Amino acid sequence: MNKRSSWTIPYLIFLILFVVLPLILVMVYAFQDAQGSFTLSNVTKFFSDADAMSTFALSIEVALENTLICLLLGYPAAWILANKKLNKSSVTIILFILPMWINALMRTLATAELFNMLGVQLGKGTLLYGMVYDYLPFMIYPIYNILMKMDKSYAEAAEDLGANPVQVFAKVTLPLSMPGVWSGVLMVFMPTVSTFAISEFLTNNKIKLFGTIIQENINSSMWNYGAALAFIMLIIIGITTLFSSDDDKQVEGGTV
Amino acid sequence: MKKFISQAYLWLLLILLYAPLIFIAIFSFTESKVLGNWTGFSTKLYENLVTGGVQGGGALLRAIENTLLIALVAALFSMVLGTIAAIGIYNLKGRKKQAVQFLNNIPMINPDIITGVSLFLLFIFLHITQGYTSVILAHITFCTPYVVLSVLPKLSQMNPNIYEAALDLGATPFQALRKVLVPELRPGMISGFILAFTMSLDDFAVTFFTRGTIGLETLSTYIYADARKGGLTPELRPLMTIIFAVILILLVVIGFTQKKSATRKNPEA
Repeated sequence: MNKRSSWTIPYLIFLILFVVLPLILVMVYAFQDAQGSFTLSNVTKFFSDADAMSTFALSIEVALENTLICLLLGYPAAWILANKKLNKSSVTIILFILPMWINALMRTLATAELFNMLGVQLGKGTLLYGMVYDYLPFMIYPIYNILMKMDKSYAEAAEDLGANPVQVFAKVTLPLSMPGVWSGVLMVFMPTVSTFAISEFLTNNKIKLFGTIIQENINSSMWNYGAALAFIMLIIIGITTLFSSDDDKQVEGGTV
Repeated sequence: MKKFISQAYLWLLLILLYAPLIFIAIFSFTESKVLGNWTGFSTKLYENLVTGGVQGGGALLRAIENTLLIALVAALFSMVLGTIAAIGIYNLKGRKKQAVQFLNNIPMINPDIITGVSLFLLFIFLHITQGYTSVILAHITFCTPYVVLSVLPKLSQMNPNIYEAALDLGATPFQALRKVLVPELRPGMISGFILAFTMSLDDFAVTFFTRGTIGLETLSTYIYADARKGGLTPELRPLMTIIFAVILILLVVIGFTQKKSATRKNPEA
């Protein structure tokens, strides 16, 4: 048996070369100037750049709003789907996933054109619509999955013991589905902070998000500043992941 | 009543999700340059697509070729690498197993832009000229974790003794792999391959950062460049409509055959 564990080695080398080393390089480049000597100026440049800071704040705001809307729209949908007869629900869940097979940029452009035709001004509203449009399936799917796996007898027991439907939901179903909610939040929040094409298309370049700044800097050969911005994003990802995995444990500890 | 409301809610969401796709499909049957401007029914865009008479001298067709080629190569490599890795990870224990699984999760958690920028810096650092090779390597990086996750459950469902039995009966490790392990893991490998292929097809950000300056375009980067220039190539409309129709037909066929095999299996059980 033990011999076969060595089959991990090729992939381990691959991961170190193409995942770990690149992330270390982001850090290295973030703290270097163009000549390659150590500097903090890239990071301080970001914190003293009012434009970059406000873009950053706006990106976080849009991402939070998008995540919240996706959750509010997606949870009921996942719940309805999970309570359907098995045969029907699998057809409907495929219907929800199907549009994702069409190129995301193409769908976003079509959405923007649809707004143009309807005479809707492109701006923050249309941006949020497009984000919800693109990421809603990522919220529905994990919640649906966990609701499907959930032991329905917990909810039935609560009902038998006299809980009303609202109590059953708030005290049993919702807490049990929290791991699904968290992975949905993770799958929606992180890509939204970093997206760049979607915001460009849906606001006619009027609103810049954090991803766009990273892209612009890298593309105009400002690698070090671009790397510093990517590094800041990495920190946010780290915090979000820690935060959500902590909560996972709490939920598991609380219920099992 | 409650059932009606929940049904109506799902339909409303679905209509919103499908609106842009239907919009594209409708306007694939008119000649106008701008999406949203109906100039009478025509199948000219479809004809252009088939005959190759696309504006821009076949750049769109080349982008489609590149997209498919990259996705195919990346998905194949990911499938092989991911399957071997999954067998290894399955046989690891404790801390080591956790560590490898943690590393395997990183590409899935990282947003595309981080994967793209970090790999861009790697290729710069190693002085690798960016082009097909760098894009394919980048795609393998974010595709393989999905293969690993698809194959691992098949390993735990498998009887671990049959591989040992094959070895005891005189099979070489390679024969045992080919004749025993691979057939057992095939469903996981196939779903991993499909996942990897899809992720690669749909990727934009990672390709955007790792394709270098040799003018390599995939469908996504082509659409991005096109939209930034101001006008979307009209032939993209019939293309997307065809892709959507093919996927729809495939799913109906798969669903139909699954239903058939399910009803065939049920009486036995």
